Amino acid sequence: MVNVIIEVSKYLMILLMADYTYLNFSYFRFREEQGQSRVCLRQNIAMFMMHFLAYLILYLKSEDERVVLFYLAQVVFFGAYIGLYRMFYPYLTRILVNNMCMLLCVGWIVMTRLSLDKAVRQFIIVAAAALVTWIIPFIIDRMWQLSQIPWIYGIGGLALLIIVWMVGNNSFGAQLSISLGGFSLQPSEFVKISFVFFVATMFYRSVDFTAVAVTTAVAAAHVLILVMSKDLGSALIFFVTYLSMLFVATGNWFYLLSGALGGCGASVLAYGLFSHVRIRVAAWQNPWVDIDNRGYQITQSLFAIGTGGWFGMGLFQGMPYKIPVVEKDFVFAAISEELGGIFAICVLLICLGCFLQFMMVAARMQALFYKLIAFGLGMEYLIQVFLTVGGVIKFIPSTGVTLPLVSYGGSSMLSTFIMFSVVQGLYILKKNDEEDYEEGQI
Amino acid sequence: MRKDKSDPDSNKGILFFTYLMVGAFVCMIGYFGYFLQIRGETVINNSYNARLDRFSDRIVRGEILSNDGRVLARTEAGEDGREQRIYPYGSLFAHAVGYWDHGKTGLEALANFYLLTSHINLAERTINELSGVKNIGDNVITTLDVDLQKIAWDALGEQRGAVVVMEPDTGKLLAMVSKPDFDPNTLGADWDRLISGDNKDAQLLNRASQGVYPPGSTFKILTMLEYIREHPDTWQDFTFDCDGIYEWGDYTISCYHGNAHGHQSLNQAFANSCNGAFAALGMEMDPGGFHSLAEQLLFNRELPLSLAYSKSSFTMNTGAGSWEILQTSIGQGNTQMTPMHNAMITAAIANGGILMKPYMVERVESAAGEEIRRFLPENWGNLLTVQEADIMAGLMRQVVTEGTGSALRTDGYSVAGKTGSAEFEAGRETHAWFTGFAPAEAPQLVVTVVVEEAGSGGQVAAPVAKRIFDEYFSRGGEG
Repeated sequence: MVNVIIEVSKYLMILLMADYTYLNFSYFRFREEQGQSRVCLRQNIAMFMMHFLAYLILYLKSEDERVVLFYLAQVVFFGAYIGLYRMFYPYLTRILVNNMCMLLCVGWIVMTRLSLDKAVRQFIIVAAAALVTWIIPFIIDRMWQLSQIPWIYGIGGLALLIIVWMVGNNSFGAQLSISLGGFSLQPSEFVKISFVFFVATMFYRSVDFTAVAVTTAVAAAHVLILVMSKDLGSALIFFVTYLSMLFVATGNWFYLLSGALGGCGASVLAYGLFSHVRIRVAAWQNPWVDIDNRGYQITQSLFAIGTGGWFGMGLFQGMPYKIPVVEKDFVFAAISEELGGIFAICVLLICLGCFLQFMMVAARMQALFYKLIAFGLGMEYLIQVFLTVGGVIKFIPSTGVTLPLVSYGGSSMLSTFIMFSVVQGLYILKKNDEEDYEEGQI
Repeated sequence: MRKDKSDPDSNKGILFFTYLMVGAFVCMIGYFGYFLQIRGETVINNSYNARLDRFSDRIVRGEILSNDGRVLARTEAGEDGREQRIYPYGSLFAHAVGYWDHGKTGLEALANFYLLTSHINLAERTINELSGVKNIGDNVITTLDVDLQKIAWDALGEQRGAVVVMEPDTGKLLAMVSKPDFDPNTLGADWDRLISGDNKDAQLLNRASQGVYPPGSTFKILTMLEYIREHPDTWQDFTFDCDGIYEWGDYTISCYHGNAHGHQSLNQAFANSCNGAFAALGMEMDPGGFHSLAEQLLFNRELPLSLAYSKSSFTMNTGAGSWEILQTSIGQGNTQMTPMHNAMITAAIANGGILMKPYMVERVESAAGEEIRRFLPENWGNLLTVQEADIMAGLMRQVVTEGTGSALRTDGYSVAGKTGSAEFEAGRETHAWFTGFAPAEAPQLVVTVVVEEAGSGGQVAAPVAKRIFDEYFSRGGEG
């Protein structure tokens, strides 16, 4: 009997996930609010059902009562987060909240399967992050002074990166984190946000040649320090984000093309200079020749994805734990192995849906400052998803970044919550403005 | 202040990057789908993929069958429910079929994924899955021919060595023998003895594809080819007077057992395997050109072979000294090659220069006999041109009609080939080689034989090949 439930649930979960993802895009068809809110409600139902099935399997397979308690805690969290957020911010974009919850939900399912302790820790971090970032939309809506302090963002961000570079802990050959009172912090996750704010404030002031030159110099300093810390994934994210923001702010094709060419040149240079870059590229080109060593991680990931196939092995039926750092950089492989390729593609489409929301907010904002913030954060988010998933499936060389909201890791979780809350704030701000306008108060 | 400096143009930039990122994602998802649908099967069918072993919790490993449907390996459940793998032919297919429980080798490794995938009808499979009963895995029908394998195995007898038998126009491997061998039925019990450091017999090594040997005179095929390429119009003008010992400065190269071949044209020198003549040829050639020819013929390179194999090596290059050139030209020196590689070059000559990728899995069938997948011959590409293949085939025919391959002279069919007697250590008997094909005018079968420390290729290896050709061409309808 248990067998039947597990097998049937596996397919039901894929169906629910596909339905949720479909709704994510059908949302754009509705202009009026009623239709949109119906879509969001259906999404919530699909998510809770999938969540239930997943934890049913997890419980049946592990026979651990703590899983049930953990499940209930999550249900309370989702209910509270979705409900209370709407109560405080009636104008928020619900679909973004839904997508956050769905990605968190997928992350917890995979984490619970890998290690219940880690999943619980992850849950506590999320609850704390949700609580702390609650206030952000309110701040964004009220504090226009945020657009006046570029050098606080710029110098603050650089200082943090330099500290990590000097005293950071070494993990997998890169300086990423510093220890602070028992916690391990990854400052680059937060500098990502200050960086976007810095660039946005600078270009908001002026986009003449001097301003562009100064901003580019500071941005280049960010990227260089990251390269020296061997945090190539972040360096790439910063670089591409800066280039795209520069283009959006100036509309200057020359900047974009020369920047892109410069980036290519720098990549070739980095390949020639750094052995760790060459190792990554070699492990990408042909991991099979060094399957025991450098190709181990990526080949294990491909075995996991390939063996799982379109429908997945089912929870607890695969061997995701065989992949090194599966709960961080390679979480996508674990999703694909046990929950299936279709499910994994849905996760990707949900990430893409978040990005589109960010871009829609960016396009609708009037002030360049807000535009650039929504746009910059959206780019950072999606580039990161692209780098991590592309690395896991061997589409591009692995750069060692995490899948936001799904991977294990406190700094990444908190910074992603901040990102999403900022955009949520922008959306609310825009709505309030429109409301004001309609009431003729301007 | 919020609405000043508004810039509607910047929305174009946003739109541009939105399309760019969506495009990148579409490509990535497309690649992901391609991987899952097309690449996945090849990737996961890897002995490093521990996940496949999990399949055996749900699937009864399928059977491995010969080309006429005889069972080479099957799984039986004992009375206690424990499964046991049975190999009815014992050690006969030890290396070709391989084993699966101490790591995986041979077909057990190549076809692991198919054996552990079930295609019995969907309803039955679903019911089994839901009720936790194991499904029956698919059967793999191979290209292996039990009778040819048996002949080759008997012909080698107690001697060490290897035999490869393949079809040049398809790449099908009909037989692959390596001696000494082991009995896969008792592998568990024998394992410690087989892998112990005191065991010098290396029974687990598949000498056919993993054993590297000096090619000896079979390598003259390459020397000849390089000379023809360097002298396309005049190569037939070459003559040589052999007194059994060829001297170059302080160095001497002697023919097998010091035989003096007398006045030799190049055809005769090839047929009689005159070392002096080929050493002299070598001194006229460009070592760098020879190096690139060897690499074109897959020395120092990956072979198009899914079996575990060793790479053949050819080290001579531009700037080589006289001794190295003299030795290399007659197949001695540092050159090393596997019998499988030798068979592949021979097959390309027999097939108009085109190498067909060797393969052993013919098709996969469900337990109910329904065909799931069929493997077709794959063209790897040209090793040599049609003209070169024609010339080499003619020369190799003369080896049998007039030279060292006399053991294969018969009225029943016409053989073309090359013998070799490879020195590997001073004072020890040579390795005996033969590689060739028949019928010479329309090749159907390639046979490559190496017998370790057994003497001359013509006297030891050629007769082994003859027994295989005899069996093959004595069959009705095949000849």
